[in-house]
Amino acid sequence: MELYIFDGSLEGLLTAVFECYQRKSQVVKLVSEAHYVPDVFDAGHRVVSDFEKGKRVWKGLCHKLDKEWQLRFYKSFLSEQPEIFQHLLQFARYIIDQPAGASENFAHPDVLAISQMAQKVHREKHRMEAFVRFQKTADGIYYAHIEPDFDVLPLLPEHFQNRYADQRWIIYDLKRSYGLYYDLDKTEEIDLDTAPQMSIVNALPADLLDSKEELYSLLWQDYFKTTNIPARKNMRLHVRHVPRRYWKYLSEKQG
Amino acid sequence: MYERIREKLGILADAAKYDVSCSSSGSNRKNENKGIGDAEGTGICHTYTEDGRCVSLLKILLTNHCIFDCAFCVSRRSNDIKRAAFTVEEVVELTMNFYRRNYIEGLFLSSGIFKNADYTMERLVRIVKKLREEERFNGYIHLKTIPGASEELLHEAGLYADRMSINLEMPTERGLKLLAPEKSHAEVEKPLDYIQNSITKFESEKALIKSVPKFVPAGQSTQIVVGATPESDKEILYTANTFYQNFSLKRVYYSGYIPISYDARLPIIGSQPPLIRENRLYQADWLMRFYGFKVQEILNDLHPNLDADVDPKLSWALRNLDQFPVDINTGDYHMILRVPGIGVASALKIVQARKFGRLYENHLRKLGIAFRRARHFIRYADSPMQLKDYEAGHIKGVILAESKSKYQANPHNQLSLF
Repeated sequence: MELYIFDGSLEGLLTAVFECYQRKSQVVKLVSEAHYVPDVFDAGHRVVSDFEKGKRVWKGLCHKLDKEWQLRFYKSFLSEQPEIFQHLLQFARYIIDQPAGASENFAHPDVLAISQMAQKVHREKHRMEAFVRFQKTADGIYYAHIEPDFDVLPLLPEHFQNRYADQRWIIYDLKRSYGLYYDLDKTEEIDLDTAPQMSIVNALPADLLDSKEELYSLLWQDYFKTTNIPARKNMRLHVRHVPRRYWKYLSEKQG
Repeated sequence: MYERIREKLGILADAAKYDVSCSSSGSNRKNENKGIGDAEGTGICHTYTEDGRCVSLLKILLTNHCIFDCAFCVSRRSNDIKRAAFTVEEVVELTMNFYRRNYIEGLFLSSGIFKNADYTMERLVRIVKKLREEERFNGYIHLKTIPGASEELLHEAGLYADRMSINLEMPTERGLKLLAPEKSHAEVEKPLDYIQNSITKFESEKALIKSVPKFVPAGQSTQIVVGATPESDKEILYTANTFYQNFSLKRVYYSGYIPISYDARLPIIGSQPPLIRENRLYQADWLMRFYGFKVQEILNDLHPNLDADVDPKLSWALRNLDQFPVDINTGDYHMILRVPGIGVASALKIVQARKFGRLYENHLRKLGIAFRRARHFIRYADSPMQLKDYEAGHIKGVILAESKSKYQANPHNQLSLF
């Protein structure tokens, strides 16, 4: 078995796949720099991310994977889970070695692992589309911050841009310290120097907000309470749909 | 200064909440005018109330004043409650401001009937027209069809709404006449039919001319109240099935009756809503729509009601053990779909994966099927040798002993004394 160490980027991971073939490696264990614990006996091979090599592998994969599987590959990568790098490497080699269509083999451990992890990331993305609560600021920007389990921000622009085409908005990931800003024309990545803290009352200070903001968040809390039917109360179902770790996002759960 | 609007929203959201539809999917309205909102594709549940129901749309009545006196309805004329009415501007403001903050997918607008049907429908249409044309709102709009409204108004409504619905309320004409003598199923069928025909007409024109406007792109739905009148599950599902077939409905909703009246014709206030029964009806509805079951297979004169202790798919399998076991590695897809414990997604994965090699127990477990339930009905590459056929009662006993029902002996919203 050979040990490969890469920088944790998608380009690096694809470069690693390329080098498996270049170096005629058999069994490879792939770890990212961040998770690598130096070993006295096994120095390991350092993969240097290479745009051209990465591109060739990606092109090769795209020949054999449909759009949905290409997206699954990317989504699994965004999970940031250390064990998924190994699955992605093995999955890529399996797909390249087999004739097209091999991604349907759900009995294969790497195919299954990628499809299940992609599903988890997809669900987190979908939750962000549901649970983001914008607050309108005094200068007319709609602002929300999040702390998603996975790095789903790169998956969000299309959805929010299509929907909120005529308003400026920011969605900021406090955990990973970067955000998205839509300026009525395009969405860009931004860093905030002084990002607010995620707190129990997930709100910006009142002096930063639009004068109507308080009214609408009150009305929303009222609506949430009135539309409930007490005779059907079912907290288990409620918590299954809205797990407690997301309550901090939801202004209706703060009232 | 907030008190007035807060009180109105309180009254008119409370009165609207018994309409259970919350779907915001199935439309194809894209944000093409750089406006606000996008109703394309799958819906989003933005939150869930403490009763576990999804909140996707701002669901309100324009007013709860009503000239009718339907015994099952909280807004009935004879009920002594606070009445309120929104202005057109108030509904538009609420919708836009909730939508811009990502609280909702759109608006579900219904109304009590004041003055007459056309007067009410005309107000509803005015709101949705303002949303679409002045606010350039492309979010989802579910609009109630007011029975008896003119075809001109229905036509205009259909040009702005994504979905329209009109409720059957009681599963049979007999039940409806008992509780709402002023209403009939016929006056529900008429607008359903008119709108369905228009949808078909617009679709066929669209095939020829690209610029044909949208007309109720997410289709129509209806709602049946369960447990207010004594109909059997068979009567309920047969009615649903007829309406699915005759009017191409997207959904039939089943609403367990929540007692809201001391009327002697109805269950008394404080009695438990029939939640298990409602759940079983939805499961049966899914079997008809996604699993290829005919309604006659699920319910018939021998079995006029759904089992409370097991779901209808398991119930069907236990009654038809001669059709099992199904061999996972060779069986027909439609038969695999009928195995209790295997859903649509798993069934698809199974037929894809088996092209690459025979499937064993560990594959099936990892694929995510409910193996402990399914194992009684399937054969796979390493199935254990089975010397005798088990009978239905035995299998049911094993499954019930192994699984903990989500329905406890006491409903969990009822306080326990000890």
